[in-house]
Amino acid sequence: MVAVGSKCRVCKEPAIIDLPRHNAHFCAEHFLELCRRQVVKAIQKFDMLSKDDRILVAVSGGKDSLAVWDILLDLGYQADGLYVGLGIGDYSETSAEFARAFAAERSLKLIEVSLRDDYGYDVPTAAKATKRVPCSACGISKRHLFDKAALDGGYTVLVTGHNMDDEAAVLFGNTLRWDVEYLARQSPVLPARNGFPKKVMRLTEREMAAWCIVRGIDYLVDECPMALGNKHIAYKEALNAIEQQSPGSKAAFYLNFLDNMSPLLAGGTAAATDSLLSCVSCGAPTTGDLCAFCRVADKARAHEPVPVELVLGKGRGRR
Amino acid sequence: MVPMKVLLRNPSRELVIEGKRSVNALLAELQLPRESHLVIRNGTLVPGDADLTADDVVEIRPVISGGA
Repeated sequence: MVAVGSKCRVCKEPAIIDLPRHNAHFCAEHFLELCRRQVVKAIQKFDMLSKDDRILVAVSGGKDSLAVWDILLDLGYQADGLYVGLGIGDYSETSAEFARAFAAERSLKLIEVSLRDDYGYDVPTAAKATKRVPCSACGISKRHLFDKAALDGGYTVLVTGHNMDDEAAVLFGNTLRWDVEYLARQSPVLPARNGFPKKVMRLTEREMAAWCIVRGIDYLVDECPMALGNKHIAYKEALNAIEQQSPGSKAAFYLNFLDNMSPLLAGGTAAATDSLLSCVSCGAPTTGDLCAFCRVADKARAHEPVPVELVLGKGRGRR
Repeated sequence: MVPMKVLLRNPSRELVIEGKRSVNALLAELQLPRESHLVIRNGTLVPGDADLTADDVVEIRPVISGGA
């Protein structure tokens, strides 16, 4: 049946989505147009990309990374994909299939790295061996491998699929603790490592998922079993409860931070960057002798492999 | 009247709902925040004021993910 309901703000055809933060409804065509405009705005404002850049997009098989890869291609950028197999049981195997299918259907280049095959450990083992929450061990591993793959492949830009909800949740957590060091580093463009990574972050999680559905992109809907119950999700739920009462609050919280507070904190970031050393093992930026990745990898490699089931439900610690 | 089948995710499960209602009413009934869910009716996204009826195949898809 055809709904008798809201109309697109632009063309007055039946709407497919309501976006309370824009106080508007949109049809499929004009929703996609809005998304493109938002991404172009972020790219231009932060001088993120040029059409000459060799772009590597870190993809997980989930909605955010596949959407950002699709949007960049749609806007005329040249971009390859990078998939890092984290060894999180069936979840990792399924997520790889979604990333491979997206690339194969569009004849795109997908670089694959396996934490277990190429580096001798996986995320569940790293979490157990280092006594870190899984999301922490995962984040340290991914950031290092993203940077390495981009540098090794001669890419000029690394793009991740972080959405506005991700950034707002991180900001919320850092603000709750008044963690000035982390607040100072929170930017869509990180200059410390040759410009990596860049986050096209003006779209919300709901908008990224909607982009995939409208564009017919098949993505992994299931949540990572190791992330269930983590603080990041709790922060997102808290912000969404505020957003429900006061649409636009989430965007204002994050975007006004970038406009008004981030410049005041920029001096601290520059000083921290200047004091970075090179890891004695791999050469990556670090504040000590060994970088965080090498410390995690050394401990995890020395540990017996740990099945994912043994570390489920341990994602509740500080990220 | 044939009941409406509603697919929920994370974990995947199916609910059977009797009677017509709007997307917003269904989300409220299931205590699912609109900001963190999308509703797909017969393969197409629909906004909050769209009606859902017995013939529809409905998926409520969560959009929150934990990685960052």
